[in-house]
Amino acid sequence: MRVGLFVTCLVDLIRPSIGFASLRLLEAAGCEVVVPAMQTCCGQPAYNAGRRIDAKDLAKATIAAFEDCDHVVAPSGSCAAMLRVHYPSLLADEPDWAERARAFAARCHELVAFLVTVRKMSSVSSRLNGVAAYHDSCSALRELAIHEEPRRLLAQVEGLTLRELGDGNQCCGFGGAFCVKYPEIAARIARDKLAAAKRTGADMIVSSDLGCLLHLAGLASREGVAISCRHVAEVLAGEIETPAIGEGRR
Amino acid sequence: MSEPLLRDFPTAAKRALADAALQQALANIPAGFQEKRRAAIARFPEWDRLIDAAVHIKNHTLDHLDFYLEAFEAKVREAGGGVHWCRDAGEARDAVLAICREAKAKRALKSKSMIAEEIALNDCLEENGIEPVETDLGEYVLQLRDEAPSHIIAPIIHLNRGQIADSFLGAHRKYGKTRRLESARELLDEAREILREKFLTADVGITGANLLVAETGSAVIVTNEGNADLTMTLPRVHIVIASIEKLVPSVGDAWNVLRLLARSATGQDITAYTTFVGGKSRAGDADGPASFHVVLLDNGRSEMLGSGFRDMLRCIRCAACMNHCPVYGVIGGHAYASIYPGPMGAVLTPWLAGIAQAPHLPNASTLCGRCEEVCPMRIPIPRMLRLWREREEKAGLSSRSSRAAYSLWAFAAKRPRLYRRLARLFARIFSRMGKDGKLRRIPLGSAWTDTRDFPAPEGETFQALYARRRKP
Repeated sequence: MRVGLFVTCLVDLIRPSIGFASLRLLEAAGCEVVVPAMQTCCGQPAYNAGRRIDAKDLAKATIAAFEDCDHVVAPSGSCAAMLRVHYPSLLADEPDWAERARAFAARCHELVAFLVTVRKMSSVSSRLNGVAAYHDSCSALRELAIHEEPRRLLAQVEGLTLRELGDGNQCCGFGGAFCVKYPEIAARIARDKLAAAKRTGADMIVSSDLGCLLHLAGLASREGVAISCRHVAEVLAGEIETPAIGEGRR
Repeated sequence: MSEPLLRDFPTAAKRALADAALQQALANIPAGFQEKRRAAIARFPEWDRLIDAAVHIKNHTLDHLDFYLEAFEAKVREAGGGVHWCRDAGEARDAVLAICREAKAKRALKSKSMIAEEIALNDCLEENGIEPVETDLGEYVLQLRDEAPSHIIAPIIHLNRGQIADSFLGAHRKYGKTRRLESARELLDEAREILREKFLTADVGITGANLLVAETGSAVIVTNEGNADLTMTLPRVHIVIASIEKLVPSVGDAWNVLRLLARSATGQDITAYTTFVGGKSRAGDADGPASFHVVLLDNGRSEMLGSGFRDMLRCIRCAACMNHCPVYGVIGGHAYASIYPGPMGAVLTPWLAGIAQAPHLPNASTLCGRCEEVCPMRIPIPRMLRLWREREEKAGLSSRSSRAAYSLWAFAAKRPRLYRRLARLFARIFSRMGKDGKLRRIPLGSAWTDTRDFPAPEGETFQALYARRRKP
């Protein structure tokens, strides 16, 4: 099975270790993984900013870049939802692309959902001591209906205890451009999320989306909240030599 | 009420974040609304089926709105009521005023109505020598404080008991009340005592309507205080003001929607008072008004039918969207400076006021999708917020610097080779600027770093590392 890894721009630029962790997990699941060099961004920033033409151009380029893959997998609920949920509606009014976008969307997956649902992965060989609260990114949870999948695999990580946030699956306040347009609101929402995580006794927040994690880790670091942030792919792949997000080497 | 300053959203939001009393009040939303709603739905297995049916009812009604409106009008007239078709707020105010003048009204009772807010009815009545008296406890408090509601079903959610006691102390002195009250019970009793006299001496009662029923020509009004029932039965004249999308075809349809409304709004199976009212008092009736009027407001809604915002017309004003919105939850309703706050307001207000007047509202959302998730009418709010953003972009309403930044980014993102080089450059620069894994300040990046550290990039892009790894 030929799987195209959609790296996502944040992972590419800021935290390649998530990309390599994804690669390892996909290979462990028996996939032949390719990383098309012509990929850049899925176009979501343009789409959410109301720049439909840019979003369409980037959607078409992404579809073309992954045309020869059986599946396209992204280590991000947000980018995967863009490919899987929004491409078909974005390109619905273009006769040459509507069907292509629909067929493409059906082959796109968020990493952990793909591992569990398509590849039937049920165990991982990784170890991490600590107590983790899993933060469902809004796109993964509400657009892709992913909830059980990451919990099922994280439960297999040796030494890791999982806690539920119990805050009604509230957003962390990242929201892409939202968090720089209205930084005070975004920070306030994140503060509540960090507090919810601390209340569970967790020393770690794990999530599927680097955007949320950069925002949460950045606030925790600024405000001295002792909680580390890690991407689910790193935890599942045992990629824990890299310091947690926003933390220096010890 | 002062003129809304929709453009000042960022300033108002920051003020709200720093308002300790407001923050304390907002902290009650999860237990007060979210948990009650969740529990009500959990003990109601028909929930999803009822939603399917209600969405169908509303869509069907909107498809045939002209037909049902005329059927409704015919029924109201049959029962001896008047129907007043109003294109905009001005016409609606004029219609209400004309009815009040004909009745030689000096005092008008009001039960809670968002349409009255939408058309700024109180100001109009006051200017014309008619005293409007809000009878909903929350609205009454707002009237004393000269404030707008901050929530569509809990208008004083932003206030605490102490603030209300202070308002009562200031306003009730003229009635000989000079003690600062402590308990909610005392506050309620005092308001009731003062309002009672007004109930008995008012000439006109004005209510909103949660629904209009075409089959019977009735208006349906739900409250938990019973004040609306007094407002519509004690005065000589009863005026219902409602927007045209409140219509449903039949009484059965109304019940379908009502079962969703109470649960979604307050987590109640049914509100304490649910009243179907229509026409003037008939021979043999124990009470009721001598004349009955329905003021039907369009105010842009018929045009909305043919737009990308049509789904918004299904809204039943349950407020679940704002009760579950992470942004509303930390800034409250006043920061939006809009009659309708929160997610549904962010869709509706730009339509009513013009997007140029409300440029922030569609952007002040993380698009987390919780509003759509909890909406009992399945209104795709995030999709419509994006649609507004698109219109803003087309109309050139976003800032020049933001447009330039997006254009540069898009230019690069469409050129993979250039993009890879730039990404490597940025990854290196920002990585070197980092200390202990983070950047405390980024030039031109204060929008991030004023409030948060920025986690430093690892130093090399994934693409570059991957290409290197592939080469032997």
